[in-house]
Amino acid sequence: MPQLNQETKHKINFTLNGKAVSGYTEPRTLLSDFLRQEMALMGVHVSCEHGVCGSCTVQIDGKAVRSCLTFAVQVEGRAVDTVESLADENGELSDLQIAFRKHHGLQCGYCTPGILMSVEAFLEINPKPNEDEIREMLSGHICRCTGYTGMVKAIQDVVETR
Amino acid sequence: MKPNNFNYVRAESVDHVLSCLAEHGENARILAGGQSLIAMMNFRLVEPAYLIDISGLDELKEIKTNGNSVEISAAVTQAKVIAAADVNEHLSLLVDALPNVGHFQTRAKGTFCGSIAHSDPSSEQPLCFAILGGEAVLKSNRGERVLAASEFQTGMLATAREDDELLTSVRLPKQNPSAGHAFEEITRRQGDFAIVAIAVIADGENIRIGVGGVAGKPEVRDWDGLADSDIDDALNALAWELGDNEDIHASAKYRRQMVRRVGRRVIEEARKCRS
Ligand SMILES: Cc1cc2nc3c(=O)[nH]c(=O)nc-3n(C[C@@H](O)[C@H](O)[C@H](O)COP(=O)(O)OP(=O)(O)OC[C@H]3O[C@@H](n4cnc5c(N)ncnc54)[C@H](O)[C@@H]3O)c2cc1C
Ligand code: FES
Ligand code: FES
Repeated sequence: MPQLNQETKHKINFTLNGKAVSGYTEPRTLLSDFLRQEMALMGVHVSCEHGVCGSCTVQIDGKAVRSCLTFAVQVEGRAVDTVESLADENGELSDLQIAFRKHHGLQCGYCTPGILMSVEAFLEINPKPNEDEIREMLSGHICRCTGYTGMVKAIQDVVETR
Repeated sequence: MKPNNFNYVRAESVDHVLSCLAEHGENARILAGGQSLIAMMNFRLVEPAYLIDISGLDELKEIKTNGNSVEISAAVTQAKVIAAADVNEHLSLLVDALPNVGHFQTRAKGTFCGSIAHSDPSSEQPLCFAILGGEAVLKSNRGERVLAASEFQTGMLATAREDDELLTSVRLPKQNPSAGHAFEEITRRQGDFAIVAIAVIADGENIRIGVGGVAGKPEVRDWDGLADSDIDDALNALAWELGDNEDIHASAKYRRQMVRRVGRRVIEEARKCRS
């Protein structure tokens, strides 16, 4: 159906963290709110809601994008991945998550889920980035705690060991 | 904040877009990458009744080279432009300028044409469009119009597009391979909009300079055969001509100084790259 009317909930079908799912949403609902409120994925963090801070970053079809600048209705038929996809089913953290912990790449952790999703998409395109490229990619995220140095080290660690 | 209500139209073809625009024109907005539009909707700066989403239209995802120009369609992302072989071969100015547009994460969705349609005076893309002398291809149920950048760009966030028109593509003439070019912008942080952005194309003894971030739209000047000793005077005159816009990011005086200093540097850099 090409037109979805306002103030009505519409069914959307998509792949979420590798599983086929469906849900109901109004056109005006942001993907960030939909993922938190309807899909109960609290790893999607929201703060600025205008694309600047990066905390809401998720992957759509493997690309790191802002879920606060996407409407939920737009992911019909697409694959969405959130930070919840990184650890395995037993809760074992991924190499990237372990490296962030090891190198103090996080303190409060508010910015972290978005950053991890960016890093994974970035390393797909550029598996051997240099420090400048890593910092350029991180410029799309604001962290109030760490000063970014630990994140850069963690990413470099993963780049070397993968 | 959250956007107000709207009806969402998932476009099925360009014809479908045009018929929706014909019906709802002034109450509708095209949704391309959403990297400016959804932010404005979240702030309720714009509250369209209809959103027509073109981001899934495969027929608008092409970059084509026809003869002397490269044509970038409306749903092509900035990330795709930077990576495209045709662009790397013929439009290396874009390869230098576009990595300054937002961030890796916004370029994955934001489109080149969306930025041209949005026409932010601080944006790199309208500046490249202007200095390269591109053309905007506009379609409506009434027919097709092709406007030169100088006709299309009418002012701050304003273009000659009519409410029922879709910007289907932008055509950019291939750069002359023997000409040199350079681009530089002043920002507080990587990925911010430019406080001042300057692009220069140096072809033989001719200089074409484009300045963004200062006046209401990108301004382009041709200085043919200008003597080296006259460049500083020309830059000073240009700095004053661009008006005295001031905002939280920079004073008018600072912007004038950047036009003079950065302008000089970019001209020299472009001249070095001539072959
Ligand atoms: C954090 C952040 C930083 C940014 N930094 C920069 C920067 O440094 N430089 C910069 O240039 N931009 C920057 N941007 C904006 C840039 O990312 C947008 O991509 C761009 O301005 C608009 O492209 P879009 O495809 O997202 O368009 P949208 O947001 O979808 O649309 C923008 C406007 O253009 C209209 N429109 C779009 N496509 C068409 C069309 N084909 N025909 C008719 N009308 C159309 C829409 O209706 C809307 O009014 C930034 C954005 C964010 C979130
Ligand atoms: S909440 Fe989406 S970028 Fe800040
Ligand atoms: S760890 Fe606290 S904001 Fe980044």
